[in-house]
Amino acid sequence: MSTSNATYYIPHKATWPVLATAGFLTTLVGFANYLNGSSIGSVLMIAGLVILVVMLAGWFTLQATESETGIYNHGVGVSYRMGMMWFIFSEIMFFAVFFGTLWYTRNLSVPWLGGAGSNVATHEMLWSGFNATWPTNGPGNVGGHFEPMGAFGLPLLNTLLLLSSGVTCTWAHHGLIAKNRKQLIQGLIATVGLGFAFVLCQAFEYHEAYTEMGLTLGSGIYGSTFFMLTGFHGFHVCVGAIILSVVLFRSAKGHFTPENHFAFEAAAWYWHFVDVVWLGLFIFVYLM
Amino acid sequence: MSAVTAEHGHDDHHDDHAHGPAKGWLRWIITTNHKDIGTLYLLFALAMFFVGGAMAMIIRAELFEPGMQFVDPKFFNSMTTMHALVMVFGAVMPAFVGLANWMIPMMIGAPDMALPRMNNMSFWLLVSGVLLLASTLFMEGGAPAGGWTLYPPLVLQTGKALPFAIFSVHLLGISSILGAINIVATILNMRAPAMPLMKMPMFVWTWLITGFLLIAIMPVFAGAVTMLLTDKFFHTSFFDAAGGGDPVLYQHIFWFFGHPEVYVMILPTFGVASTIIPVFARKPLFGYSSMVYATASIAFLSFIVWAHHMFTVGMPISGELYFMYATMLIAIPTGVKVFNWTATMWKGAMTFETPMLFSISFVVLFTLGGFTGLMMAVAPVDFQYHDTYFIVAHFHYTLVPASVFILMAAGYYWMPKWTGHMYNEKIGQLHFWLSAISVNILFFPQHFLGLAGMPRRIPDYAIQFADWNMISSIGGFIFGASQLLFLWIVVDTIKGGTGEKVSNEVWEDAHKHGLEWTLPSPPPYHTFSTPPAVIPCDHD
Repeated sequence: MSTSNATYYIPHKATWPVLATAGFLTTLVGFANYLNGSSIGSVLMIAGLVILVVMLAGWFTLQATESETGIYNHGVGVSYRMGMMWFIFSEIMFFAVFFGTLWYTRNLSVPWLGGAGSNVATHEMLWSGFNATWPTNGPGNVGGHFEPMGAFGLPLLNTLLLLSSGVTCTWAHHGLIAKNRKQLIQGLIATVGLGFAFVLCQAFEYHEAYTEMGLTLGSGIYGSTFFMLTGFHGFHVCVGAIILSVVLFRSAKGHFTPENHFAFEAAAWYWHFVDVVWLGLFIFVYLM
Repeated sequence: MSAVTAEHGHDDHHDDHAHGPAKGWLRWIITTNHKDIGTLYLLFALAMFFVGGAMAMIIRAELFEPGMQFVDPKFFNSMTTMHALVMVFGAVMPAFVGLANWMIPMMIGAPDMALPRMNNMSFWLLVSGVLLLASTLFMEGGAPAGGWTLYPPLVLQTGKALPFAIFSVHLLGISSILGAINIVATILNMRAPAMPLMKMPMFVWTWLITGFLLIAIMPVFAGAVTMLLTDKFFHTSFFDAAGGGDPVLYQHIFWFFGHPEVYVMILPTFGVASTIIPVFARKPLFGYSSMVYATASIAFLSFIVWAHHMFTVGMPISGELYFMYATMLIAIPTGVKVFNWTATMWKGAMTFETPMLFSISFVVLFTLGGFTGLMMAVAPVDFQYHDTYFIVAHFHYTLVPASVFILMAAGYYWMPKWTGHMYNEKIGQLHFWLSAISVNILFFPQHFLGLAGMPRRIPDYAIQFADWNMISSIGGFIFGASQLLFLWIVVDTIKGGTGEKVSNEVWEDAHKHGLEWTLPSPPPYHTFSTPPAVIPCDHD
């Protein structure tokens, strides 16, 4: 795996990372103040987000310019690819927590509340009326009556949207390799479009859940796991679509060659990762 | 430091990159240089070591005698919680990341870290996270006081500090993940072509595996505290039985993170010990490949033993048995390591400079901490020890005379390389002996207290525990005061130390043990612009 680092490009005097840190810190201090009911919270949060947007635009521009002037060699490219792969691995572990939570509650804690295992006494004395079936909002009927989300309406449509976007993304990649810029741009437009269509459908789904089905984040463990998993996934779809939009913008400007297109690859990997997470969600949250 | 670099500017000639450090204080803010960032990490960790240490002094002062002396119980609990968080996330982890930054590129013949801009961001995110955490001390309702594990439902009673503490964990997590990605990418991608994986120095190997652990577990902790946040502020029921959730679920997730996390602090410790002991025993490291496999085995096992922290929580008996046996397995690869260090010293031409003294006492005292770990792995016995001072004694033996001692050893060992100056050996040895004696006065009696039933995390105790607590506190005060000697050493060495000229290899024949000893002391700002052709390797 060792590569020659004879001409390895080492950047100097970075200001964007410091600004990024300031952005994260301001946003989170703002959010924490907002949660504590302080009036400066939302102001700080917006300021922090503005810093982050400026930072991302500046840092991306810098990287793109450096990449296009050809100062990165093969070794730098390998480092970037490794960085992205390990980052996606950390994201997988993040989602694993919420999938694990869903598994644990469905297979262990909810049955225990219903008296499974050696928990008969707990069930009888604390929650004797509780019928441990999934979906549930727990023995306390937390959040009141709700309807669970079915699989075959918008969720199925969303599955098709995301799977197609994976195909169009690969089609765009083939265009890039074959030096067919038109195919590259059309493929990316389709991918970004399908991605945002997914987010729109999910917004409708959430709206329906909150207004008509009584299903909220506060609907006991079912509502908690449902919105936490689909919500974080939806957030990642947005991030992925934004990254792909940047790649689309750069493609339209004539960036990327068949040999040098790390940004495209990273965006595509991320997009496929988001895709696979959705398949897990569709099976474990909606279908089962 | 900048004065030192300027003074030795003539060493730059063959590595000149046309890029020196930026002028003035701004250099330290915008730097992407692995040596600068390593220095920042190490100095920050040292500062946090004293902040966390001051909190420990408050704890030991309150426990000096039974009854309430100095602080109210709520603040006492904040101190135990914050002491742990500051020491783990502010001192020990950053210190090892600092060593990784300084040493790994020099050990593998790389010009810098793989992702230098991200390296800068990792450091500043760490500072932000710790600032956020420290700010909770001054908030309405006080700092978190439910223990560093942040168990619900107790932690949900925290006042205004809760969201700040949670976001602090998020920032520290992002910092660690980015830092670990950088280290892994550096090791896998930037080694000199002459260095295959099985010729890497042990320190590099242990960090490769630690980096993997960090990338795998920090997102898990982030997920757990995110659920705390939504339970508190967004009406979710993850850890609330009334809604179908379970507070024990938090404990499972936390310790799935927490057990590998403690190995994040001990694996690089093993790496440094395996680096120092051969140099002062003047022998190659015994059993190099078994060291590599033992490290990997320990890392693997760390993911499947988490519930041994939860034996008393109410688990099915099959769970208790599984976690008991799986935990005991860890003794095997750990034993391999202890025997290898011993065999490395066997019949070696040993000398006892300060780094070696700290390393030897690490081998002895870490083994002791390991044995008490085995005792607690036995589930039925753990029912008595659980949440007593016995566990406090156990993990402090694995962290203080192990991780912290090895960090001290690393400081003495590499400080001449970093600064170009020799530290004062007499003061160094005084520091060692005071530390080694007082750390045992501090922590050994806590075994007795725990076995006698004294619970942890309490500001007051029954009269029967008075004597050992007073002895433990006296040890604690001596230990705390002794660390000021180290602070003096660091300042003195940076300013010139003993004044004697330091050679490239510093320690006798050290150049046979590692690439960093072939470089000038201090090394030029940029090293290995072209990869070295020959790699010293002290094992077969």
